[in-house]
Formats: sequence, structure tokens, C-alpha cells
Amino acid sequence: MTPGLFVLLSVAGGAGAALRFVLDGLLRERLGARLPWGTAIINVSGSLLLGVLTGLLTRGLPEAVLTVLGIGLLGGYTTFSTASVETVRLIQQRRWAASLLYGLGVLVLSVAAGALGLTLVVS
Amino acid sequence: MTAPAPRAPRPRPALIAVVAAGGAVGTAAREGLALVVPPLGRVPLAILLINVVGAFVLGALLEALVRRGPDEGRRRLVRLAVGTGFCGGFTTFSTLAVATAELLRAGATGVALGYAVGSVVLGAVAAWTGVLVGSRS
Repeated sequence: MTPGLFVLLSVAGGAGAALRFVLDGLLRERLGARLPWGTAIINVSGSLLLGVLTGLLTRGLPEAVLTVLGIGLLGGYTTFSTASVETVRLIQQRRWAASLLYGLGVLVLSVAAGALGLTLVVS
Repeated sequence: MTAPAPRAPRPRPALIAVVAAGGAVGTAAREGLALVVPPLGRVPLAILLINVVGAFVLGALLEALVRRGPDEGRRRLVRLAVGTGFCGGFTTFSTLAVATAELLRAGATGVALGYAVGSVVLGAVAAWTGVLVGSRS
């Protein structure tokens, strides 16, 4: 990887994190904070988009575009750490079913979204 | 009956910039590690380690901050830069999801399930351990 590409990837990751921050605030305002919907929606949508970008490699998308937009932008946009802490917060509130559904539900939906994205565009 | 919660204020541009800066550093750290840590068989070991470590750090950070006082001023800046920005950018869900989807498409069902469910379980254990460590700091 060239230094220039590494810098671009990092800046794109910062933009993704900023987008997540703003979108999470908006979603929290509209959907309430009883369940962490923001992180769930962000992770599922980011996985769908990364599936599409990864699939587009088979249609001639340059590897560098996947690096900047996929690893950088979408990598910074989606987050694993917040999802993990939010699952633990639900466990601490003794909301067992909610914590299990949230932890595994976000995983299953994200994998399904990623698979759907891949399937949509793989030639 | 308590008063309705106040509407969350729109984040100020300066706070968005703080998150972006932390996110850029976190993303650089993630890619730096991903470039040097080889996969373990078909398992993307670097991303697994990054996600588990990031979950631990975020749990410890948020708990330590909450115990030091309300989320304002310098504590809020640290939470946004290191938590939302760095830890959020360092860890990633989309790569985990798409790598799992690719393993499933390739017929490596066992590896896919082990990697995905293992990540989420280890992430929750790590975040919980972080919360415990943060509560004693």
C-alpha cells in the first residue's frame, strides 16, 4: 500500500466516524434510546454497502476504491466496540432477551446484508 | 411522571471534527495492524483481535468517564475523541459481516459461524471486562 493511499483511507475512516456520530444522534432522537437502534442501523447499512463494493471488484472496481471507501469510510462508519458495550449495558439492566436479540440480531442482519450486497452485484 | 426528555442538541461542528480526528487515527491503526497480522487459516485474525481489544478499551473508557462525573467539558471531548472516534474507527462491523458472508458463500460454514459468533461473544466479554476495570480506576 502506498503512503498516499494509507492517508486517504485514514481520512475516509474519519469521515465515516463523523457520519456515524451525526446519524446516531439523529436516529436516537427519532427512535428513542430504549434500544440502541442507531448502531444497529449503521452496522447493517454499512455491511450492505461493503458487500456491494466488494462484489463490484468482480466487475472491475479498482482495488484502491475498495480500500478507501470500504476499509476506510465504511470501516470507520460501522463499529464493533459500541455494539459490544451496548450489548453489555442491556445485560447489566437484566434485559436478557433484549441483549441476546440485540447482540446476535445485529450480527445476523449485518451478515445477511453483506451477503445480499455481494449477491446483488457479483457478475 | 417526569418531564419529557429534552431534544438532543445537534452536534456542533467542532465536536464532529473531534470524532473525525479520532476516527482517522483509529482507522489508520486498524489498517496498520491488518497489514502486519496474517490471517489464521481462513479466519481474519487481525480484525478479530482489533474488535475484541477495541470493545475492552471502550468499555473501560466509558465506565471510567461516567464515574468521574457528568458527560461535559473535557470528559465529553475525551469520550468523543477516544471512544466514538478512535475506538469506533479502530473496530469495524462491516468487515466482520462481509468476511463472514464470503466464508458462507465459499461453503466454510463452520469457520464462518465460529468467527462471527466468536467475535460477538468475545467482544461482549471484553467490553464487560473493560467496564469492570473502568469501574475500579
